[in-house]
Amino acid sequence: MSEILVLVEHVEGQVKKVTLELLTLARGLGEPSAVWTGAGYSPEARARLAEHGAEKVYVADSADIADHVVAPKAELLARLVADTSPAAVLVAATAEAKEIAARLAIKIDSGVLTDVVGIQDGLLAEQSIFGGGVNVRSRVTKGTPIVAVRPNATPVEAVAGAGAEERVEITVSDAAKAARIVERVKEEKGARPELTEASVVVSGGRGVGSAENFSIIERLADSLGAAVGASRAATDAGWYPHQFQVGQTGKTVSPQLYIATGISGAIQHRAGMQTAKTIVAINKDPEAPIFELADFGVVGDLNQVVPQLIEEIAKRK
Amino acid sequence: MNIVVCVKQVPDTATERKLRSDDKTLDRDAADGVINELCEYAVEEALRLKEAHGGEVTVLTMGPDKAGDTIRKALAMGADKAVHLVDDALHGSDALATSYAMAQALKKVGFDLVVLGSESTDARTGVLAAMLAERLGVPQLTFANKVEVAGDAITVQRVTDYGYDRVEASLPAVVSVVEKINEPRYPSFKGIMAAKKKPVQKFGLADAEIDASQVGLANSWSEVADFEAAPPRAAGTVVKDEGDGGVKVADFLASKKFV
Repeated sequence: MSEILVLVEHVEGQVKKVTLELLTLARGLGEPSAVWTGAGYSPEARARLAEHGAEKVYVADSADIADHVVAPKAELLARLVADTSPAAVLVAATAEAKEIAARLAIKIDSGVLTDVVGIQDGLLAEQSIFGGGVNVRSRVTKGTPIVAVRPNATPVEAVAGAGAEERVEITVSDAAKAARIVERVKEEKGARPELTEASVVVSGGRGVGSAENFSIIERLADSLGAAVGASRAATDAGWYPHQFQVGQTGKTVSPQLYIATGISGAIQHRAGMQTAKTIVAINKDPEAPIFELADFGVVGDLNQVVPQLIEEIAKRK
Repeated sequence: MNIVVCVKQVPDTATERKLRSDDKTLDRDAADGVINELCEYAVEEALRLKEAHGGEVTVLTMGPDKAGDTIRKALAMGADKAVHLVDDALHGSDALATSYAMAQALKKVGFDLVVLGSESTDARTGVLAAMLAERLGVPQLTFANKVEVAGDAITVQRVTDYGYDRVEASLPAVVSVVEKINEPRYPSFKGIMAAKKKPVQKFGLADAEIDASQVGLANSWSEVADFEAAPPRAAGTVVKDEGDGGVKVADFLASKKFV
């Protein structure tokens, strides 16, 4: 069986959930090989990848790869594609991994598909486009398919693989070192899960009314172990930081549960959350389009409904 | 500084967007064409860099004749001139083919800095800037929420999941911008009038030395196999808050085992 290269997403040495999802998908397509780039690799990380089906773990953790934007990772993957002739390369559909996929595609003269939500037989990729309005099946027609898969699109199944570690030494070209990362600035994020990875997302919109009032959105999120999101109206008003914006010009999320509070549900927002499995809406306007998407909706004042909900969740824990 | 800003005409997201049943490409006639929102931020950033450092801003777009409206919008904002890459042979190009055609045009036009939006609202692939950097062999400074140029040196803040990276490179370079990098200006009446007189050069395949076997629907690296309108979500339950709205949501969440 051919190898399937899976580019590992990790933060502070921890393998991210989306990588386990990709390994699960990869097992259906061939023999998963995880590709670790950058700092933070450890025996625990190897074990985690092996538990989810990685037969091999390629490790390339030189500083040259980590300290330059995107290009060295694409060079590394191109080299592994040349060495292993995989049936496909899977990456997470994150901003950076899509860029790695983009540069890899040119290097190995292969097609790339982005924001894929499922893979069928024959590497037919499912995509949801136009803000969730149209479902597309597409395929790569030249070269080795490179597929960027959305986080939360695949349930994780742990099936052990051998997890044989192989160090990869690569000399990064000067061209790939043209954009140097000179400083990494970490902004305070607290303990909440990352927005695109979270299984539950609680978002606030115009109806929240103020930056201060976002604290009730955060409290609801914390009661559910959820990430906090915001609509564009809320981020434009400066009530919540822009990096938490869900929507067309922000993040796309596909959580198990999405709770929209004080959000009308304009296309701008729907494009970022329509593929959530279960949607709950709380809004005082009964005509708000968000109710057309909601599995459960409450027409009411979020300042009444949300605190009561937080209390109820606490009672039932 | 010779700045080229790439813009794209996209179907208005406020209208119903469709794929064509015949060749499964975007139905450009079904919806009004507007400038892609993130491209407005790119134009604004290009204009600000020109205002600070001097030089010229050239608009580059690839698309059918209709995309000329988007060029005029960018010119009305203040760009100096434009190149419209337009050729029937380009129809249906995927990201790889588009990046090839755009890179060829950019080589022809020449640039110190290429600026584009980080993503379009129609295809939403977010890959074009990285592909252009790869094809042109210049530094990739993408997802920028701040751009600073000093002589040949360019520094950007690249937005990341954890905050941002400060990234340095030398010109020439490709920059893509995110929303919130600036506040795009509205074209003034004077700007709109002036735009009508600004030069727009049309490039066909031959003008940009584009190999016809590398572009278009049939020569792309990927294809749409089939598509269908997404089935509507099953109608949910909507209740009015009678003082027990929070309890009812909790009941629903419990029924789905979320609490």
